[in-house]
Amino acid sequence: MNAAGSFGLPHGGAPAGTKMAVEGATKFYQTRSGAVHALDNVSLEVKEGEFLCILGPSGCGKSTLLWSMAGLHGLSGGKIWLGNDAITKPHPEIAMIFQEANLLPWRNLARNIELPFELKKLPPDRARIDALLERVGLKGFEHKFPRELSGGMQQRASIVRSLAVNPSVLLMDEPFGALDAFTRDEMNLLVQEIWMETKKTIIFITHSIVEALFLADRIVVMSARPGRIQEIVEVGMPRPRGVEIQSTPAFIERVNAIKAMIDHRKA
Amino acid sequence: MDSQLRDQIPTFSAKPAAAGGGVSLSGGLSSLVSGGGRSAFETFVIVLVAVIIIGGAELLLTVFAVPQYILPRPSQIGTALITEWGFIWPHLLITLYELLVGFAIGASIGFVLAAVITQFPFAEKIVTPYILLLVTTPMLALVPLLILRFGFGSEPRIIAVALASGPMVMINSATGFRRVDLAKIALARSFGASTLQIFTKIRIPMAMPMIIVGLMVGSIFGLLTTVGAEMVGGAEGLGNRLNYYSSMIRMPQFFAVITLLAIIGISIYVFFFWVGKKWASWEA
Ligand SMILES: Nc1ncnc2c1ncn2[C@@H]1O[C@H](COP(=O)(O)OP(=O)(O)O)[C@@H](O)[C@H]1O
Ligand SMILES: [Mg+2]
Repeated sequence: MNAAGSFGLPHGGAPAGTKMAVEGATKFYQTRSGAVHALDNVSLEVKEGEFLCILGPSGCGKSTLLWSMAGLHGLSGGKIWLGNDAITKPHPEIAMIFQEANLLPWRNLARNIELPFELKKLPPDRARIDALLERVGLKGFEHKFPRELSGGMQQRASIVRSLAVNPSVLLMDEPFGALDAFTRDEMNLLVQEIWMETKKTIIFITHSIVEALFLADRIVVMSARPGRIQEIVEVGMPRPRGVEIQSTPAFIERVNAIKAMIDHRKA
Repeated sequence: MDSQLRDQIPTFSAKPAAAGGGVSLSGGLSSLVSGGGRSAFETFVIVLVAVIIIGGAELLLTVFAVPQYILPRPSQIGTALITEWGFIWPHLLITLYELLVGFAIGASIGFVLAAVITQFPFAEKIVTPYILLLVTTPMLALVPLLILRFGFGSEPRIIAVALASGPMVMINSATGFRRVDLAKIALARSFGASTLQIFTKIRIPMAMPMIIVGLMVGSIFGLLTTVGAEMVGGAEGLGNRLNYYSSMIRMPQFFAVITLLAIIGISIYVFFFWVGKKWASWEA
């Protein structure tokens, strides 16, 4: 299918200033009991260096969308672009961070972080890895195995693993959903700092309104199955944001506004 | 085979199901692997128990004057092992040779079959009942037939050992390979892994604990089959010596051979214990 035209580009692709573009993404899962309509005509653009959160209830198709953007599975209809590259398989510029840290339990931390280099048949970038480990506070834990580390530390390691190969886009699928509230705040601060330092484009999935508002430049609110875009919210709060803003009346008001958006659709 | 994975987004709420089915010694493996830290005291007690059993047997057999042809004393067995060693060791070598070659053939085929078959659910469904048949049928029963076809050399015994150990390795390895963790495979693919890389870097390590269990059970089954096959036919090997010494009513020598077999069996166990500690301790 020729997607040219939708952005006025001769060969198709994300428009200028846009890092990734999703055009009419539709996905059906074939199951024994019939087709499951998971995504319905989702279109969105992610700006270069933007922090975009995708917010929606469980089962609304967030992971389905993100997996397509990672090139991990195909769509039933629509296209995904990274610059001028159509995403049909995993792309070296894109790294994915999974819900649980997803470290390999038979490898220590150092060997886990070297995995991407091994798979790409590149020598590990020791200087970069060391700097990242230092940055996230994991220096000295290189020889520990995942089971010896807390959930937060594991997720830090998985962030290092993804950043070590220096992708320009980070896709994060509810990365902190399994962590306790304190660790989660800590991790959110860390992600914000890393994002401000590296200026990566981050697409971050969550079902927590507070987390989305705290992290995002823009929030894409999705509706329940079949997943559609219900609303796109500009956050526009100054950075760096501290955890304390979560208890300001303005913040709470915005949380309630988004909640109302979702409740309204349910009614 | 990957296409079927493509649409599977793993949910993280449930941990990947622990290995089900197979001749499961997985519980056994973790206890086997984690039982590594044996204290000096425990070792002392184990040795002490051995001394008590051997010494007690020696004492009781002497006190009740049990004739040697019914049950020889441990000291007589030990002496026989030394004096008869020159006659026994060539047979020991033959038994070890048959076991090693048969096991190597059976284990390789079993491993490769498990790795391939688990990628194709349909083929797996078709093949599994036949593998179960091989697991449950005593391969010893085939030995007379194999001897008719291959003669009285080592070949029929090697074939029987391969047939006995291969399916054990296969069925346990298959259980290991079936424990696919979709999130880990997706992780590797997101970094551009090829199918071969996914196999060597994710699937094999993931299956390793069960592969080691399969190798251990398979080699023990192989030992039983080697000795049994040697007892059924042929003129060499420790199994043949068992027949020989018992027909001569030379019981100390007979039990000396039994002791050797016990030592081989325990060595196999200790070897795989060590392998498990080295390659599969992450699961313990
Ligand atoms: N492999 C699959 N086969 C069938 N249905 C699926 C599959 N993966 C996801 N689904 C369904 O698609 C919908 C969207 O799933 P998902 O993208 O995982 O949602 P979310 O990440 O928002 O919780 C859900 O209803 C889910 O049950
Ligand atoms: Mg999800």
